[in-house]
Amino acid sequence: MSLASEISQQPVAAEVNHRNASPERRSSWSLWTRQALAIMRLEIRKNFFSRRALLLYPVAGLPLFLLSMLSLFPPDTDEMQNFGMLSQVYAAVYGGLILRTLVFFGCAWIFMNLFRGEVVDRSLHYYFLAPVRREVLVIGKYLSGLIATVLLFTITAAGAMLILYFGLFPSESREYFFAGPGAGQLFSYVGITILACVGYGAVFLIVGLFFRNPIIPGLLLYGWEWINFLLPPGLKKLSVIHYLQSLVPVPMSEGPFAVLVEPTPAWISVPSLLLFTGVVLFLASLHIRRMEISYAGD
Amino acid sequence: MTPQTTASSTTRSASAHAALPTSPSTPVAPSSSDTMIVFEDVSKFYGEILGVNRVNLQIAPGITSLVGPNGSGKTTLMNLMTGLLKPTSGHIRVLGTSPDESETIFRKLGYCSQFDSFPRGATAREFIEFYLRVHGYTRKETSELAYDALERVSMLEAADRKISAFSKGMRQRVRLAQSIAHNPSVLVLDEPLNGLDPMARAEIIRLFRQLADAGMYLVISSHILHEVDMMSDSVVLLHNGYVVAEGEVHGVRDEIDEHPIQILIRCDRPQVLAAHVFEHEHTVEARINDDRKGVFVKTRRPDDFYLLLNKVITEHDLQVESVAPVDDDLNAVYQYLITSDGRKA
Repeated sequence: MSLASEISQQPVAAEVNHRNASPERRSSWSLWTRQALAIMRLEIRKNFFSRRALLLYPVAGLPLFLLSMLSLFPPDTDEMQNFGMLSQVYAAVYGGLILRTLVFFGCAWIFMNLFRGEVVDRSLHYYFLAPVRREVLVIGKYLSGLIATVLLFTITAAGAMLILYFGLFPSESREYFFAGPGAGQLFSYVGITILACVGYGAVFLIVGLFFRNPIIPGLLLYGWEWINFLLPPGLKKLSVIHYLQSLVPVPMSEGPFAVLVEPTPAWISVPSLLLFTGVVLFLASLHIRRMEISYAGD
Repeated sequence: MTPQTTASSTTRSASAHAALPTSPSTPVAPSSSDTMIVFEDVSKFYGEILGVNRVNLQIAPGITSLVGPNGSGKTTLMNLMTGLLKPTSGHIRVLGTSPDESETIFRKLGYCSQFDSFPRGATAREFIEFYLRVHGYTRKETSELAYDALERVSMLEAADRKISAFSKGMRQRVRLAQSIAHNPSVLVLDEPLNGLDPMARAEIIRLFRQLADAGMYLVISSHILHEVDMMSDSVVLLHNGYVVAEGEVHGVRDEIDEHPIQILIRCDRPQVLAAHVFEHEHTVEARINDDRKGVFVKTRRPDDFYLLLNKVITEHDLQVESVAPVDDDLNAVYQYLITSDGRKA
């Protein structure tokens, strides 16, 4: 059948009203939820399976690999021979490698690319040309990034802890996790990782929206988070890491030059991070409502 | 469908002809904004760089082509119409809706941009369904709409193949299917014929014609003039961000009375005709055609010339085989508008 004859059998204008009525008939919340879920489905697929995502797997797997090696070939040091010291070892691995570096850069990679990556790929217009509120787009994209990072890095945090303990001291670890404080610590680290993804995710989403080249602001943020232990108490609170560190189950010494402050209690840290995230997402929504797309000149 | 050129657009063309593309046209009647695409004194600057300046347009159902070279403002105008860009000044209404109202406007508007990007690994069907789901359609509705859209662009057979394996023409069709999948009333197409082979071009043009005949508004940009000439109901000629003329191809042509029309008259005694034509005050040039079977005439007043021609034919009993304008196509109009003494540019 020719194209023309196919067309003539389809009264386009007549179908318009019939078909288009469907999503509009739904209540706003029902429609927004459906749209946010559709955006999340598409974005999660990109976050896990796009070419950009391939970098994340070795990053998230790095601690698992290193700690597996450490378990197989334990060095002859006091810390590694003494079960009681393992919590200190893991706190150092978690604080120095997982939280401050891998979660930070993993979130940067995923969340900055939610919008910036689409501008580079010249595909953001598909969303902007859909009958969807841009706030819903921000929420859908943010949640998709959150699901990806939480899934990757909670597995990393929990897996690294279990590998370290069970790799070196299997029988003591069984007791520690099933009848001791191990499970509580494990859940604390997982919870802190989730909060880190929530906070850093919001920060990097907005960085990706505001900066054409977000690498430099990303590195500046990294520096700010790293020198947090040197900052005076007032400035410490202007960082995500301060609130996360207040929650760690095994506090670590930050060295002789650290400016010591009382950790912020969990009942303040957690709501503060969530409030901060809400404010950042609100600002991102305001920005994206006014955002224009011009990939290239005419 | 009857080509529609609005009253105001005719007026605007006159002002464009007067080499004053910056002067605003007759104010747009509010009542027309619900049934037309209306640009009201719209300007867009990228910093200090001009995108488009003081554009006044009313676009009726049918195929309207935006024509101009690269950098003339075609894509800017389309991006303004679809809310991807915000105007620096002025107002735009698409069938009564502002492009800022994304939830409303994109239920009645589809935009097929020229950017060739697709999710990695997606098939044609998946690609269309992805974005229909973002519209809020259910899985069943999505499936039906995607099927219809793929059928319309003759891509059903390839629907479940990966887009990355498609030719440029097939990718173009997939993007077109995506933009019409939700059955919009307004379809904006940025260089939709780029990269298509002649067969595909003919099919796509036929599709556009069918959509226009079904009552849709199609706004198409192109720099390939003869294609626009063939399929458009009306044209908007752009140059350096200014609308230099608009209306029907022939209507625009008529308004350029400074530009002499070229007419070839084939007859049995061309010398007799040429001698009389020379006496006419608005004749710029009259010469015997190379095959000596016709006269080639350039005149500033075609209507007067045709009266004179009738008179000469009657008085001298000439046997006329044909009378045809030589350059009454868009290319001639366009070249004149943008190059003659730089007046329009």
